[in-house]
Amino acid sequence: MAIDKKRYNIRISGLGGQGVVTSAHILGTSMDNAGKYASLVPFFGSEKRMAPVEAYVRASSEPIYEVGEVVYPDIIMIYHSQVVTHGKSYTMPFYTGLKKNALIIINSDIDVLEPEDKEVLERLNAKVVQFEATELALKVAGTELATNMAMMGMVLGLTKLVSEENIEAAVRERFLGNSFVASGGTASLDSAIEKKFKKKEELLAKNMEVINKTFEMAANIDLSNAPLITKIEI
Amino acid sequence: MSLNKKLVDMDYLLNEAPREQHFITGAQAMAEAVKRASVDMAIAYPITPQSEVMHLVGDIYAQGHIKEYYRAEEELGTMSAIAGAARGGVRMFTATSGPGLLRGLEAIVSWPGHRIPCVLGVLTRVVNAPLSIQPDNIEMAYLMHSGMIMLHAENQQDTFDYTLAAFAITEKVDVYIPVSVSTEGFFVTHAKGYVDMMSEELAFDVIDPYKAPVPAMDNEVPPARIQRDAPVQKSNFMSYLIHSVWQQEIWDSNRRAMKYVYQYLGGPIEVIHPDADVFIVASGCAAAQGREANRYAEEEGLSVGFIKVKCIRPWPKDEISAALKNAKAVIVPEHNIIGWLSKEIQASIPNGGIVVEGPRVYGGMTLPVELIMEQIYIALGMDSEKLQA
Repeated sequence: MAIDKKRYNIRISGLGGQGVVTSAHILGTSMDNAGKYASLVPFFGSEKRMAPVEAYVRASSEPIYEVGEVVYPDIIMIYHSQVVTHGKSYTMPFYTGLKKNALIIINSDIDVLEPEDKEVLERLNAKVVQFEATELALKVAGTELATNMAMMGMVLGLTKLVSEENIEAAVRERFLGNSFVASGGTASLDSAIEKKFKKKEELLAKNMEVINKTFEMAANIDLSNAPLITKIEI
Repeated sequence: MSLNKKLVDMDYLLNEAPREQHFITGAQAMAEAVKRASVDMAIAYPITPQSEVMHLVGDIYAQGHIKEYYRAEEELGTMSAIAGAARGGVRMFTATSGPGLLRGLEAIVSWPGHRIPCVLGVLTRVVNAPLSIQPDNIEMAYLMHSGMIMLHAENQQDTFDYTLAAFAITEKVDVYIPVSVSTEGFFVTHAKGYVDMMSEELAFDVIDPYKAPVPAMDNEVPPARIQRDAPVQKSNFMSYLIHSVWQQEIWDSNRRAMKYVYQYLGGPIEVIHPDADVFIVASGCAAAQGREANRYAEEEGLSVGFIKVKCIRPWPKDEISAALKNAKAVIVPEHNIIGWLSKEIQASIPNGGIVVEGPRVYGGMTLPVELIMEQIYIALGMDSEKLQA
């Protein structure tokens, strides 16, 4: 399993509107908060819902020199089953370039992998984790927009790259912004901002609930002797 | 507009002035260097990915760091105007990318012969069909025979430092030819990296026309003929003689710039693990990928050397040949199909056959470190497992 490595090259494939790029940014900021290093490269074609989107994140305990797309990933995150079933990825098949002992996380508990895909992935000693991230987002946060949080929580929970506090700070920064948080408690805020802030605080809390839930789920999985595919009930 | 900057020499500015770390894009890094270089005037025509740099230079013009700035009609006009203004004795900056560079090339290749000191930013981009905006760096091959000095930046920090150094080198009395600072578009220009910068209250000494080896032209009463001598008006044999004198002098100037590359950039090459058998030699962004491969190799317990080439012209033939004296294999990763760097290296060592021509990526694709690793395994006689799933 691709955990406890010094360096992870992560490829995130999803569809427009799923928050692929947003979660890449949050992943990067979480690493920064943990005193580690990250670099990210977002790539997208036409900016529309359901169109393929990819983002690449390099995460390491050491400075990163390398730039550009991740051609040979050791972690692949699939935000939508159509990436696999409809070929909505920038490379076909979606696992092109996958390294040995890699980790794949798919947002779906349906058997999306064809027998020939499974054969290749078995040979590469990959581990595939499948769970209904969107269902989980709906159940816990009441919105499918938190799908990316569930996916991000799962990858960070499995790799233990950063702590939940590191992620919370990164999510807070993304949704509230640094300056916003800094002045959040002061009386100088007018009521409009206060209202907005309250709404955003709620959003943040819901997102964190999803992430905490995936951390719990990840903590109960042992992938060391697991078969190719591990499905997790939400 | 006077910004009350403290003017200092380039040695102090580059090597002594206290610095603070910033997290900025390569385009910002180049503009920040221009801000501290007491540039009199900038002229440019926009093209992706250069436009980011010249937009930011426009901002610093509006803030009063540059006296004059305009958008020319296109690149041939830009580069011709740069020559005219530089002849008038002012410090000039411009930048371009791929097709824009080739469009301006007719004027650019005349700069060294006319002794035009200026700094040209080259933010690389595909020039061949099928055209794209991605950072293939084949355009640099066209500059290699122009006579100008060429620096190639690996990252945002290099882009800042090399651009500043370029302003000092170009005006040296024993150099006085243009300097280009190249770096890869997008990978460096549009990506953020850590850059240590000195205060913007500090700036490089203003241009001193009395130190110029050729007199400045009075642009208000320009001479009827722009060329300082007009060889074709004399005999053919005078023309051949003058051409040879000018061009030999340019390439001598180019070689004389090497001591300033040592002074400001700490030398034309950087070497890690000089005793290794297998070397990676790279410049620009490919050097970042090579540096990463070097670290991967180290983690796997493999002995691999790394040489970063900071300046392409003057070409550090002696330095490279000495560094590769005991090498058994030389891997040269590049962002272009012709392999201009590997050809230079092959020509610099007596046993050019040890140079592995690649890995290369085309059309501005990323250069995966894994491709460099594959060549390392082959060079070391190890089993190279198939990369592709």
